[in-house]
Amino acid sequence: MIEYRIHGRGGQGSVAAAYLLAGAAFEAGFTCQAFPAFGAERRGAPVTAFVRIDDRPITLRSQVRAPDYLVVQDDTLLLDPALTSGLKPGGAMLVNSRKPTDEIAANFDTRVVAVPATEMAQEAIGKPIPNTALLAALLALTGDLPQEALAAALKSRFHGDTLARNLTLIARAAASVEAGAWQKEASDA
Amino acid sequence: MREALEGSLAIARAVAMAKPDVVAAYPITPQTHIVENLSKLVAEGDLHTEFVSVESEFSAASVVLGAAATGARAYTATASQGVLLMSEVLFNIAGLRIPLVMTVANRAVGAPLSIWNDQSDAMAVRDAGWIHLHCASNQEAVDTTIQAFRIAEATELPVMVCMDGFVLTHTMEVIDMPGQAQVDAFLPPFAFSRALDSADPRTVGTLVDPGWFAEMRHSHHAAMGRALGVIEKVDADFAKLTGRASGGLLTVTGDPDARVGILAMGSVVGTLEAGLADFGTEAGTARLIKLRAFRPFPARALREAVAGLDTLIVIDRAISPGLGGIVGSEVSAVLQSMTAAPRVLNYALGLGGRDIPESVYPALIAAAANPLAPRFAVFDADLDKLMPEDR
Amino acid sequence: MVQDSTRLNGLRAKHGRPPAGPHEPQAAPSTLRQGQPRFRGLEAGHRACQGCGEALAARIVMENAGPDVMVANATGCLEVFTTPWPQSAWRVPWMHSLFENAAAIASGMEAALKARGRNTKVLAFGGDGGTYDIGFQALSGMLERHHDVLYVCYDNEAYMNTGIQRSSSTPHAASTTTSPAGKERMGKRHLKKDLLSIIAAHHIPYAASASVAYPADLARKVRYAMGIEGPTFLVVHSPCPLGWRHASALTVEVARRAVECGLFPLVELERGALTNIMPIRTPRPVVDYLELQGRFAHLFDETDTRAIEERDHLQALADHNILTYGLAGTGDDPVDTTGIAHVRRGGPLAERT
Repeated sequence: MIEYRIHGRGGQGSVAAAYLLAGAAFEAGFTCQAFPAFGAERRGAPVTAFVRIDDRPITLRSQVRAPDYLVVQDDTLLLDPALTSGLKPGGAMLVNSRKPTDEIAANFDTRVVAVPATEMAQEAIGKPIPNTALLAALLALTGDLPQEALAAALKSRFHGDTLARNLTLIARAAASVEAGAWQKEASDA
Repeated sequence: MREALEGSLAIARAVAMAKPDVVAAYPITPQTHIVENLSKLVAEGDLHTEFVSVESEFSAASVVLGAAATGARAYTATASQGVLLMSEVLFNIAGLRIPLVMTVANRAVGAPLSIWNDQSDAMAVRDAGWIHLHCASNQEAVDTTIQAFRIAEATELPVMVCMDGFVLTHTMEVIDMPGQAQVDAFLPPFAFSRALDSADPRTVGTLVDPGWFAEMRHSHHAAMGRALGVIEKVDADFAKLTGRASGGLLTVTGDPDARVGILAMGSVVGTLEAGLADFGTEAGTARLIKLRAFRPFPARALREAVAGLDTLIVIDRAISPGLGGIVGSEVSAVLQSMTAAPRVLNYALGLGGRDIPESVYPALIAAAANPLAPRFAVFDADLDKLMPEDR
Repeated sequence: MVQDSTRLNGLRAKHGRPPAGPHEPQAAPSTLRQGQPRFRGLEAGHRACQGCGEALAARIVMENAGPDVMVANATGCLEVFTTPWPQSAWRVPWMHSLFENAAAIASGMEAALKARGRNTKVLAFGGDGGTYDIGFQALSGMLERHHDVLYVCYDNEAYMNTGIQRSSSTPHAASTTTSPAGKERMGKRHLKKDLLSIIAAHHIPYAASASVAYPADLARKVRYAMGIEGPTFLVVHSPCPLGWRHASALTVEVARRAVECGLFPLVELERGALTNIMPIRTPRPVVDYLELQGRFAHLFDETDTRAIEERDHLQALADHNILTYGLAGTGDDPVDTTGIAHVRRGGPLAERT
């Protein structure tokens, strides 16, 4: 079972990201589970969402306490000391930030990749919603799921122009990171 | 067809496949996504129903009562405070023996205000006279929703389908959705023998004097007893059609030879199953009893399910302050007549949305091994947060 | 008006109802019997008190609503005295659920009938407690959602079923068991809620007040409301001899004086606008109305200045109604307070001028 924890702020599509990631896993033939940990639903408030992917039925329903991967949709959340709590040894963190990877990685003792997903989204879809770009980068880095699975999940959620722009966006985002980087390092470890 | 769906969307689609004539609902977290999705189906022309957007849960329950009494298949959904605001109508619906289906997206009841999951809401109306079915997964919730219409219409009793708020309603997972043809084959058109009709006038809801009330209550009780068989049969028929059973009255899984049993209702069962799989060898195995029918209470099936156990841990997702657990108390009561009843430990867990980790499993097994374990506790409460007199 | 009646007739035709209505010319009934159908929706033999205004009002409503209806009835006297299990005085489908949900039950019935393609008209009945007070929210919701329901409030101005407790409909200064007159109090301290204005503010097609003292007027209003698709509302002043403490034989007389003094104005509102009134040719002083009733007996202690003040207050309220609704009629009017019951049954008021 692979477990993910997505951190974001209300309005950034963190829950949608969790559902898309689970949807991509389903499209790739896995079982999946995605759910949010809601607080009061205010725009801008921190939101956490969880995803589990497995090749057998998932019965566990607790929140993800020991994620394999963290996805951080807003780099202001990096200041939260509890952000990386429970992250598995050998885990990794994908951050949406304009800052260079090295600058962020310096503050964490885990593998970090930073992607300017908001800017990519603004350019491709005209909206500062970083979630799909981050997912594409995540899939590229881990190699756990093919990009086509994410595209299929997007197709069940978006249509027409929005879909086309998002497909362009995920292709660009996936190409912006080193494919299989986390997969390779994990097997090295 | 297998799909990755959010629980609430799946429930809305299941309800739509039952083709209700009337839907009335008032929004309340965490039920909202169900009625939003139903509204969307109506707006897109995929569901033809009279959708009544009422001004309160009290009216939601009243509208579906009036509709079902007039011969319509009707549906509503609510949670928490909504259940309590409805409560007077819920007793009325059951007392009038009206076939209705309601989803309860189980949530704590304030004060203090909590929008998160436990089962206090359903427990607060356990004596209203409804059939209560608890679902452990979204698959069970979908299948049980469809079954609920048939159970309600066969028994002429209302059915409450309980699914844990957020934990199920807001969780996307893989669900095998029945097809419309399957549902049509399974669910006959709505028929209610006592429907109001101006061609055949009937008076419903009269004043009943002491000369009749006891008999009517007895009759209701007897009907609930008969419903036990209906619930089992409908689940068996559904399994024949789809290959999936939803757990009849209760299901026993885990290690059949274990001396420790854990009984629970709702989504926590899945976490216990995971705990058994991951920690069973190390911590000790257990027999898991998933109670699906809380009303009518399956006393006989329960006594059979616990035979041979030394200790039965009953999980409550609610508390009756001054008594302890509710399911636990009821289980203890029905086990009294056994010659070798297990010791019952009753633990409230996950109140007000407290996350229930997988590690709860070994902790429970450890409690079972402790002869001095308290008979009742709020298992995951951190008492150090409280003033000394409250610990 | 013409356009409106054409539209209404179209709607009626669509719903299988005859194009009859008080504002349209009708074929004259060939016999008096034909003109006075006696469908008994509410049968005799029920257990209402002698002189019950509510029973009388409900009978008239049912006679004029006809057989193709179903009733959602709030808890109250009407429910209790008509349906002691296993008996029922109703000849139409009738359901009682709770005190405060008659309007919501009716909404559900209407939704079900619509879904099933039936034309049966839904009626909702409640007392003033179930309408002005505890059932008010459900009623407002029903009106706002525009359900095709005729809601009839039988207004006897207190919780009579539980033993004469004050409601928000109880008139100012009336003595009830929870607003008793005593050394410190002159009965109810607050005013009677102006429910009709609140109902009218929902901009429903038709809202009116009526009185058991004017059965022809009540019949006409029921029939008019029955012809309208959408929410309609009637509040019917229905004396309660027990609660108002007057002789059982005086029910109609008491109700008539309430109208004649202006304390209970008979008015009609369509889409929120006042469209018709029953004029009062010669307003009676309110004391004529008050003196018949024990609930106002404390207002007749001539040594008590507070009693005189409260009487003046009630007179002022009546005068205010007469002024506000323009009830003061003059000249020979066939359908005013003294004439209507004798002269004409359900005459077309709109053609009066």
